[in-house]
Amino acid sequence: MNGANMMMLTFSARSENESFARVAVAAFVSQLDPTMEELNDLKTAVSEAVTNAIIHGYDGDPDGMVTIEVAIEGDTVSIVVIDKGRGIEDLELARQPLYTSKPELERSGMGFTIMENFMDRFEVSSEPGQGTQIAMTKRIESKKRCTIKRIGVGPHGCRLET
Amino acid sequence: MSLQVELEHYRNVLIVRLRGELDHHTADIVRHKMEEAILRGNSDHIILSLKELQFMDSSGLGVILGRYKQLKAKGGKMAVCAVNPNVYRLFELSGLFKILTIHENERAALTSLEVVS
Ligand SMILES: Nc1ncnc2c1ncn2[C@@H]1O[C@H](COP(=O)(O)OP(=O)(O)OP(=O)(O)O)[C@@H](O)[C@H]1O
Ligand SMILES: [Mg+2]
Repeated sequence: MNGANMMMLTFSARSENESFARVAVAAFVSQLDPTMEELNDLKTAVSEAVTNAIIHGYDGDPDGMVTIEVAIEGDTVSIVVIDKGRGIEDLELARQPLYTSKPELERSGMGFTIMENFMDRFEVSSEPGQGTQIAMTKRIESKKRCTIKRIGVGPHGCRLET
Repeated sequence: MSLQVELEHYRNVLIVRLRGELDHHTADIVRHKMEEAILRGNSDHIILSLKELQFMDSSGLGVILGRYKQLKAKGGKMAVCAVNPNVYRLFELSGLFKILTIHENERAALTSLEVVS
């Protein structure tokens, strides 16, 4: 196997960049030919991590910068989302479903639970006052299962390589 | 704009159709439009019609839950319909189906709210 195929993206912590982040990651990962569902899982996880960086990490301060690193190695996508914001005091508490430190902003406290459910592996590391890093991976099954042959394929555009 | 909100009144029901992507950035529009309609007070119930909603994350859950609480305080009910598989998973994971009823389409949702004779 050749080394990982990587990309990195750094952008202002502004809410209008949330959709940009989702689309950019999806476009990069599309070379693995993911299913719509896999792509949606990745987009949702990215959206959660980036939104957290903006709302919690930087408390809405648009001068903060969010970095996303994506690596494709074989059929596995690794995504790291980094902020240099306030950090998390109590990681165990923060990861509990329905826990939110900002109920007044109508947060539901589901972000971490969603990332955990939509990705295969999920890790948070954080240092109060230093920032937070989310690392997640997901295996894209579609490439393994079916290699595209453009002629005479079914509705899903793929079939097993013989 | 990456999210469009269409409001329609049908008898005492407000039908809210969302088209596009509902995230932290676009949640404010949904909040404002729905809040305004709820406070104006000529609808008792709300149907969220999500056929054209392409993307949603936890910000969508938050804004829906917030409106649900507002509506419930006034004795109203909320129903969702035409939910795509991705949005369905989010609702399921967050336990929203315990408080909202889900229906195939707007007509079925209206029937469930007993406004269709
Ligand atoms: N990047 C971050 N920097 C600082 N604190 C964070 C960060 N990400 C998460 N947290 C903390 O962890 C808590 C839980 O995060 P989670 O995403 O699960 O819920 P939420 O963001 O509060 O609500 P939701 O994601 O449902 O809108 C947050 O309320 C916040 O206190
Ligand atoms: Mg969150």
